[in-house]
Amino acid sequence: MDIDWGTLAGVFGVSLGITVVVVVMFSLGLAAWARAGHGEPAPDTPSGRHQKVAAVTAVLCFAACLTVTAYGIDLIVPG
Amino acid sequence: MASVSFLLVAVILTALAFDFTNGFHDTANSMATSIATGALSPRVAVAVAGLLNLAGAFLSTEVAKTISGGIVQDSEVSLVMIFAGLIGAILWNLVTWLLGLPSSSSHALFGGLIGAVWVGAGGSAVRFGAIIEKIVIPAVASPLVACVVALLATYLAYVITRRTSARTVGKGFRAGQVGSASLVALAHGTNDAQKTMGVITLALISSGVLSHGAGPPWWVVLSAGLAIALGTYVGGWRIIRTMGKGLTDIQAPQGFAAETSATAVILASSHMGFALSTTQVCTGSILGAGLGRRLAHVRWGIAGRIAVSWLLTLPAAAAVGGMAAWVAGRGDLGVALVAGVALTAAAAFYVLSRRRPVNPENVNEMPASATKPTARSAA
Repeated sequence: MDIDWGTLAGVFGVSLGITVVVVVMFSLGLAAWARAGHGEPAPDTPSGRHQKVAAVTAVLCFAACLTVTAYGIDLIVPG
Repeated sequence: MASVSFLLVAVILTALAFDFTNGFHDTANSMATSIATGALSPRVAVAVAGLLNLAGAFLSTEVAKTISGGIVQDSEVSLVMIFAGLIGAILWNLVTWLLGLPSSSSHALFGGLIGAVWVGAGGSAVRFGAIIEKIVIPAVASPLVACVVALLATYLAYVITRRTSARTVGKGFRAGQVGSASLVALAHGTNDAQKTMGVITLALISSGVLSHGAGPPWWVVLSAGLAIALGTYVGGWRIIRTMGKGLTDIQAPQGFAAETSATAVILASSHMGFALSTTQVCTGSILGAGLGRRLAHVRWGIAGRIAVSWLLTLPAAAAVGGMAAWVAGRGDLGVALVAGVALTAAAAFYVLSRRRPVNPENVNEMPASATKPTARSAA
């Protein structure tokens, strides 16, 4: 019986890393999106500059998620 | 020659039937949590999963080179044994479907083949070391790895979005779930349809219809892709209910975290060469998502039943495969008898399932016997 602990640890590490990156980015993106006033309009929404920063952050976060997704599709589709 | 043709036709039809059960058994893997959170309506979800499985079948050209992946000696495998192994796998898939348990279709196929080869060619043709390495270890590792990954991801998702309004969080994660579920379905299509194509192609080669080293003919790719897509579209609603509602109450952030973990673990394992079972990864990640949200309660009774079904998959499919190999080994009449008994059993399972039907309309309701009367569609 030969268990390849190294590869198993690698699978665990890589999938943990990728999942955490995607889920954290998506969550941050959502939080920023809401702060930018695109979700539920909060009564004490910060004005102007802050909203823009939040919107840009949201877009960057979602773009990061899409990049990882595109890489995933690239892995699934051979050739 | 006539006997070879009859057997070959029986093998091809049985392989396609297995592919179909594989499809409806595994719809839950990609779509259960999306259906549970309302990210996709039940009918749309199975249509998307079916189409992506069909696309996956055509996208990937890498057909399995061996039927068993080295678990039995492939030189000893005859058409009768393939037929008997497939029968064992199909019947076990139907039993677990009736009980609503997500069990691995690959393990059922391996089990059926092991039983058939053991009876047909003797225990020496079965490689027990490979069984431990390729089935037992992954069966323990898959759910554990996926569970830990999903647990951490779920925890982080709730911590980060705790100041954001529940409506935005729900809407956002449901949108994300459409993408994450689709990736699971696509990855599934590129993997599982190939297995059936491999079985049919090797059957054609061993009976001399195709030359050695030939790829699958177009009709094999098309029929295998259609069989798994149709199975996926029909939807194993019983299993979807268990995974989406039975194990734990799934909310949109948990569904997104579970599906993302499942995709990451499946892709990482297939690319780093440590084969893990899709079904077991998906079940583990849903369990992890349940543990990662505070106050979400995991129904350990159901988790335990699933674990028992995983332990039984290999021996049960092997027992049926072995018996089928013994009967089918008597000749064409035996093959016909096995096919007849299998069809009767399948019909009986279907009739039994009609007594308490699970369908797109009631898939998100837990039966009163299985849970406290708090079952309602998730927010």
